[in-house]
This record gives sequence, C-alpha cells and structure tokens, in this order.
Amino acid sequence: MSNAHASPALPEPGELDPVAMANRRAKGKRPQFLDDPAVERAMSIAMAVAGELSVARERIDTLERLLVAKGVIAADDIERYEPTPEVQAARNEWGRAYIARVLRMIDQDVQAMQADPEPALEQIADDLGRTDAAARG
Amino acid sequence: MSTPQPSWRQVGRHAVFPEASHDEIARFDFLTRLNLHLSQNVLPGVKKAWETRVKPAFEAEHGRAPADRHEVRRAMQADLHYQLWSALRRNTMEMRQQAGRSLVFRQLEQLRANADALNEHAPTLQLDPAIEQPRYQRAVDIHCMPGSYHGETVARDIAPGANYDAGLFVTTAGALGRYSDGGGQAVVDWLHRHRPGWRPQRILDIGCTIGHNALPLAQAFPEAEVVAVDTAAPVLRYGHARARSLGVANIVFRQADGEALPFDDGGFDLVTTAMFWHETSNRAMPRIMAEVHRVLAPGGLTLHLEQPQYAGMDPFEAFMRDWDTYNNNEPFWTRMHEADLDALLRGAGFPAGSYFETTMQAKVDRALFPAPTGQGAASDAGGGRAQEDYGRSPVWTAFGAQKPQREETPA
Repeated sequence: MSNAHASPALPEPGELDPVAMANRRAKGKRPQFLDDPAVERAMSIAMAVAGELSVARERIDTLERLLVAKGVIAADDIERYEPTPEVQAARNEWGRAYIARVLRMIDQDVQAMQADPEPALEQIADDLGRTDAAARG
Repeated sequence: MSTPQPSWRQVGRHAVFPEASHDEIARFDFLTRLNLHLSQNVLPGVKKAWETRVKPAFEAEHGRAPADRHEVRRAMQADLHYQLWSALRRNTMEMRQQAGRSLVFRQLEQLRANADALNEHAPTLQLDPAIEQPRYQRAVDIHCMPGSYHGETVARDIAPGANYDAGLFVTTAGALGRYSDGGGQAVVDWLHRHRPGWRPQRILDIGCTIGHNALPLAQAFPEAEVVAVDTAAPVLRYGHARARSLGVANIVFRQADGEALPFDDGGFDLVTTAMFWHETSNRAMPRIMAEVHRVLAPGGLTLHLEQPQYAGMDPFEAFMRDWDTYNNNEPFWTRMHEADLDALLRGAGFPAGSYFETTMQAKVDRALFPAPTGQGAASDAGGGRAQEDYGRSPVWTAFGAQKPQREETPA
C-alpha cells in the first residue's frame, strides 16, 4: 500500500474550466418547493444576484475606507457630499433607466394591458403562412 | 440585538487551505449572514405557520393531531412560508457549494502541489485503491456537495476536501470554531471531565473525512496514535496534508471501509465517529458497529456524536430535523434517527446496560466570539446563539458504550 498510486486517466487541474466546475450540480433529484417551477428558478437567480450585490457593496465599502485611510478623502466626506444640480439630474436619469431595466417585465405587462388585445403568435404565424390556394379554398 | 457573526476572514488556515480574494470572502460572508437571517428571522415563521394555520387545518380535516413527522411534512409542503424558507435554505446550500468550488478550482494546481509536498512518501497517508465506495456514498452527492467526498476530477485530487473545509465555516456560521473542530473538542472536553487522567494509547476515528474532529484527539493525547479512516481518497489526502501543516504528527490517515476494518481485534482504546451514522445505511450500521466492538480493546470506550433520535420527540420537531433527508441529500438521516441505538450496540456485542447517551456542546472559540460582558450576556454555548435551529446548532447527542474488561461468558 502506498499513497502515490496513479489515478486512472484524470485530467490535470489546468485542463478543467473552473467556471464549469463551480457550477456542477450535485447528484440527486432536486426537490421543488414552490408550486411553479419558473418561480423556483427566478428565486434562485434573484438570490444569486442579491449575493453579488452584497459583494459589490462590500467592495465599495473597502474602497471608501482605503480612501479615508490614505487621506484621499475624510471619513464624513461621502455623507456630507452635496451633489450639484447637474450631478443630481444625471443621477436621476441613471436611476430612471436603472429601475426601468429592472422592472422591464412589469412595464411591458402594463403596456400590453393598454394596447388592443393581441392574437397569439401561432395565429399570426398561421395567417402569414397561408397560401393563396388555401385562402381561396 | 444583532447576533455575533464572525467573518470568513477569521477562518483557520494552513498550507492546503484555499486563498480567497476580497470578493470571495464577501461572498462567503453574505452566505453566513443569509444563513443566520434564515434561522433567526424566517425559520420562526415556519413554526408559527404550523401552529396557526397548518396544524389547525389538519386537525379540522382529520379530527386528530398528526401522528408522525411524515404527516406533518405532507401537510407543511403546501404552506407558502415553509416553501419559501425551504427554497431559500436549499439555495444557500447550493450557493455555498458554488462559492467553495469556484474558489478551489481556480487554484487547484497550487493547492494540489502544496498537498503533494506534504503527502509524498509519507507513511502516515495510506491509500488503498481497492476500496470501493459503498452504495450509501454513491447514491446521491451527500449534502449537495457535487462529487461528494470521493469524486475525483484530477489525479491526486484534494478538491473535495478543500471545498468541504472552506465551506464548513459558512454553513455553521463559525459556531464550530476557526478550524471547524468543535465536535472533536467537545469529545476531548467530555473525556477530560468524565475520564480524568485516562490516556488512551490507540484511537480510531471512522468516517473522518478531512480529520477535523480527529485532530483534537491527536492534540489532546500527544503520546497516542490516532488512526483516521474513510472510504474517500480525496478527503484523506487533504486531511493528511492539513494535519501535517498544522503540526499534528501522531495521526495516520488510512483508506478503509468501516464495514471491514483492516485492523486486528482489540487494538484500540477509543473508537469515535462524528456526524457519521446518518451518512451510512441500515444494512451498514450493524456491520460497522460489530467492527467497532471487534477492534476495541477490553475496557475500551466507543463514543459517537450524532443528532438526537426521534423516539418520543414532538412530530413537528422531528419533521424539522428531518429536512435534510429530503432537501439536502441526506437520504439515510430519517431512518438513522429511528434506529434503536441501544439495540445496535447490544447486537454488536456490547453487554446490556452498557449503552449510554449524553449531550455535548461545542466549546465557544473565543477568537471568533469574544467573551460576553455585562448583564444578560449571551450564554457560553453555540457562539452566543440560543435560537432553536433543529440540528444546525453545535449541540450533539453523544452515545456509546464501554467494552467490559473481560468477556462475560453467558451462564
């Protein structure tokens, strides 16, 4: 018995894609908790995004603290910062676009409710696919 | 009042522990916070939902209270709050695996080189390629850990060990200490208090994974030889390198199956397991316990950390403790906690009346949770957390038996 026995034909670490390896699923059927599988997935995506937002927020916090520690800004500079009207307007515009991006789906639901009732795409596909012969028949 | 929450920054490191970037640490800390939030803010709602709507509806429909945890589960599965809590909890498990694996696989080459340097030609790492993974290890990936303990993706793989080590601190929110060894520390503490002066010479730990609970025994009894066995090679490689790096030399990591231990009769004074039995099977349990009895020396002690058995437990509490069975790939958890452990020990050869059971608690790591001060300070246990968490708190039921000094011959 030794600890140096060769593993059978396995790749070297450099041959693996870390992104793909990180995302590998665990063997075993995944339970579904919510009634709608689509909602189940949306929640997983939302929680991952929430995590990444927390990571980004922490990075900004580190940045601010380093700037203070290195004397680039004072500790209360950020809290005391007063945007000029131009800056405020630019922020408002960015914020408007940001919220629109995030809530696009709801916006588009409202637009659909305000428009005339629309036929299903299948129906339009059938319409557009109809030949003169069929139309005459 | 906010709960003390250690940062992953404070985790105990060693030569094979993965390096983490600023954002990788922030990712782990987010998951720790999320786990704490779920157990403290969302989980109480599950009990509330049971008491205020699910149980009354069940009783109205059946004219009686639910008979067991399975009836509670079937009723609760339709409750929105339970669904949301479960879905969130499952996600934290999956996200923790993703975060750990992304950390490990991006630096696997270096980690493996570090492990190789500590493992190469070491007589204290004994791998046996003939060992097969038991069915109960192959059926699903235990606690949603892709590849489980044994899956190898590269030659001389240690990735499963590194991922497990890095993530233990996250899922336990540091409550097991910087080196996640609270279970082993609790056993040592118990031995010091209940067997003062006892110096076991040979100690066996079965199902050791990365050896995090065997190391405290090796450290507490430096003159003893500790043998840590597992069926999975990657965690043994990692555990061996981890122990060497931490300066623990009196421990051997050996690939072996608990159902057929490669040791002579009566060679060990102490045989331990930590959170092990629920990852086996009903067929394996008596075989492993028979092996425990066989390798124990006369007068030797066996001691096992687990979660409490369900017998006599309120069906709702048993249902909550059962969650991992169905939702976190711990398929034997439910039946293991039904087992008659006293009968298991008797069946293995321990005499009637030798079974004992006690409760153990992880000693708080003061490097992570500074001593509470002032009136109403949090208790010494569980990192100052008093919240019921149905098996996630660092509290165990320990069971075991002492082998008689001399075999009694039946009259």
